[in-house]
Amino acid sequence: MNSVNTNIMEINIGPQHPSTHGVLRLKVTLEGEKILNIEPVIGYLHRGMEKMAENRNYIQYLPVVDRIDYLSGFFCSYAYVNAVELLMNIEIPIKAKYIRTLTMEMNRIMSHLLWLGCYLLDLGATSPLFYAFIEREKLMDILEDLTGARMMYNYYTFGGVKKDIPVDILKRIYDFAKHFPSSVKEYEDLISDNPIFTSRTMKTGILAKETAEQFSITGANLRASGAAKDLRKDSPYLIYNLLDFNIPVKQTGDSYCRYITRINEMKESNKIILQCLDRLLTDENDNEINLKLNPLSIKPEGEVISEVESSRGLMQCIISADGSSNPLRIKWRTPSFYAAQLLNTIAKNHLLPDLMAVFGSLDIIMPEVDR
Amino acid sequence: MGLFYVIYLDFMRQINIPDWLIIILWHIINFCFAAVLLIFIVLFLVLFERKYLAFFTRRKGPNRVGLNGCLQTAADGLKILFKENILPSGADKFLYFCAPLLVFSPIMAVYCLIPFAEDLTAYNSCCGVLLFMAILSLPPLGVLFAGYSSGNKYSLIGGIRSCVQSISSEIPVFIVLAGIVLLTGSMNLNEITKAQSGIFLNWNIFPSILGFIIFLICSLIIMNRIPFDFPEAESELTAGYNSEYSGMKFAMFFLGEYALTFIFSAFIAVLFLGGYNPPFGVYAADLLNLPLISGAIVKNIEQFFWLMIKTYILILIIMWFRAAYPRLRQSDAIEFCWYILIPLSVFNLFILCIIQFIRGCL
Repeated sequence: MNSVNTNIMEINIGPQHPSTHGVLRLKVTLEGEKILNIEPVIGYLHRGMEKMAENRNYIQYLPVVDRIDYLSGFFCSYAYVNAVELLMNIEIPIKAKYIRTLTMEMNRIMSHLLWLGCYLLDLGATSPLFYAFIEREKLMDILEDLTGARMMYNYYTFGGVKKDIPVDILKRIYDFAKHFPSSVKEYEDLISDNPIFTSRTMKTGILAKETAEQFSITGANLRASGAAKDLRKDSPYLIYNLLDFNIPVKQTGDSYCRYITRINEMKESNKIILQCLDRLLTDENDNEINLKLNPLSIKPEGEVISEVESSRGLMQCIISADGSSNPLRIKWRTPSFYAAQLLNTIAKNHLLPDLMAVFGSLDIIMPEVDR
Repeated sequence: MGLFYVIYLDFMRQINIPDWLIIILWHIINFCFAAVLLIFIVLFLVLFERKYLAFFTRRKGPNRVGLNGCLQTAADGLKILFKENILPSGADKFLYFCAPLLVFSPIMAVYCLIPFAEDLTAYNSCCGVLLFMAILSLPPLGVLFAGYSSGNKYSLIGGIRSCVQSISSEIPVFIVLAGIVLLTGSMNLNEITKAQSGIFLNWNIFPSILGFIIFLICSLIIMNRIPFDFPEAESELTAGYNSEYSGMKFAMFFLGEYALTFIFSAFIAVLFLGGYNPPFGVYAADLLNLPLISGAIVKNIEQFFWLMIKTYILILIIMWFRAAYPRLRQSDAIEFCWYILIPLSVFNLFILCIIQFIRGCL
C-alpha cells in the first residue's frame, strides 16, 4: 500500500463555486467533514482600481469607483467624492447632503437584502432569495429612474449630486419605506424562528470582540460581537448628527447575531430614509444640489482620509494629491478584505456545511476584496 | 391478476396467440405501462414543482414553451438528449456507467409493486412491502458508485453522505413498516389497502399517526429532498454526487429523484392513507349500478383517481418543505434519526401492539 494519508483531504472551494459569492478560492483541509484549515486565496477579481486612478483625472476616475463594491456603489462613490471635497475644502449644499444620505441608506438596504437572500440560499433555502429580491427590485427601479443605472450609479459628483430628485420619485421612495417594515417582518417570520435556521447559525462561527478588533473587523460583523462602533454615530458625517436612529448591537458574535444585526440595520436605515424624506418633501424651494465646479479646476493638493460606514463596514479612501489633475496615489481600505481573513479563525473545527453558513454570514463581496 | 388479465386473456386467445407468448407479453405490457406512467409523471412533476415553487415565491415560473409553459420539461428533456456525455479523465469507467442505471432502474422496478387500483397492480407480490424497501436500498449504492467513480472530491463526499444517511434513515422506516404489517396482517400491498377499506377512520394513519410522521421524515431523507438533500447540497458540494455527470446520465439521476418522490408518496398513501380506497368508502360505480364489466372498469378508474389525489397531497407537502426550509446539517439529521426517530418508532410499534391486542380481545 502507498503511504498517502487517506484521512486528510484537501479540497478547493472556488473560485468557481455556487456559494463563494464571486471568485474567492478557499483551500480547505478536511478530515472527514471536519475542517482542519482554511486558506483563502484572493485576487481573482483584481482590476487594478488603485493603479487606474493614477493615470486618470479626478472626474474620469469617478465612474470607476462604483465598481469597487458593485452592490453598494454609493458608499464608494461617497468616500471618493468626499475625499476630493475635503482636499479642496468645500462644503456641499444641505440638500445634496440629504440626498446623499437618503441614497446611501437605500443602498444599504439593497445590499443587506441581497445578502439576506444569498445567505439563506447558502443554507439551502430558496424562497427567501425571491422575497428579498422583490423589495430590492423596487429600490433598484427607483434608483434606475433617478440615476439612469441600476447598480453603477455614478450619481455623486464633486460638490453635490448630479441631478435633483423629482417629487414623484420621492413619493415612490416614501411608499417603499412605508411598506418596507412589513416586508422585514415577513422575512423574520419566515426565517428568525425557523428551527433549522437557528440550529445552523447559532453557536457557529463565533467571533469574539477581541478577535474582531485584532482583525480590524468593522460594520455589522463587529457590532454583532458586542462593540457598538458605527461611524455614523462615532463621528457623524453628512447629516447623521441630525437624524434619530439606533445602532443595533448583539453580544454573542455568532452567525445568528450577524443575521439579526443586519435585519435590524435595515429597519434603522428605513427610519433614516423616512426622516430624510420628511426634509426633502417639505422643503421644496431649496433647489441647490450642486456647487457646479468646473471639472478642469479640480486640482487639489495634500493628503486626506475620507471615511464612510458602508453596508459592510468602515470604508476609507486615502488620496495623496500633488496639485495636478491626476491623483498621485489612491488607497482603498475596504471592509470585506479584513473579513475574508477571518475564516480560518472562526470556521476552524466546524463541519463542512458550517463553512458556508459562517462564510455567508460575514457578508464578503469579492470585487471589494480584490478591487 | 384480476379483471384486466381476464379481458386480456380472452382477447389474446381469440386471435390465436400461444399461451407462453401471452404470459410474456402480459409482463411486457405491464412494464411498458409502468414505464410510460413513470415518464409522464416525472415530466409532469418537474413542471409542477417549478410552478408550485414559483407560486410560493410570487413568480410566474416557466411560461414560454407551450401554453403557459406546459411543454417546458419536454423541451428540457429534449435538450438533455442532445447533450454531450463527458467522461472525466479520473473516472472509473465501468462504475461511472453503472451508477445512473443503478439509481434509475430500481426506482422504475418498484412502480410495478404499487396497487394503483384493485386490478391495476403490475406485480402483486405477497411480500410487497419488504420487496419495495429492499429494491429501494439499491439507489444509495448507485449514488455511492457515482461519487466514488467520478474522480471528484465533491462527488465523493456526496456519495458517502448518501450512504450514511440511507443507513440511518432506513432503520426507523423498517420499524414503522413492522407496525403496519402488524396492523393489517399482510405484507401484500393490495391486502394492506383492502384492510383499510371503508370510511377514512379505518386508515392506518389513525392508530399510527406517529409512524406516519416518522415515515414521512425518513422518506424525505431517502428521497434526498430539502431539508435533507445532503448528497447534492449545492452550496457546499456544487452538485454533490452528480457534479461530473452530463447528458442522459445526469437526466437519469434527475428523473430518478422525481420518480422516487412520486413513488414514495404513493407508497405512503398506500400504507397510511388507505391507498386507492375512497375516503367515505363509497364508489360512484356502485351507486350508479353499472353492468359488471364496465362497472369494474369505472371502479378501477375511480380507485386510481383516489390514489393519485392522496399521492399528490403528499407531494404538495413534500414540495412545501422545499419552499419553506433551509438545509439541515447532516450530522444533526443523522443524530435525529438515531436518537429520536428510532426510539420513537419503537414506541410507535409498542402502541400498535397494544392497539392490535385490544382489537383482538374485542
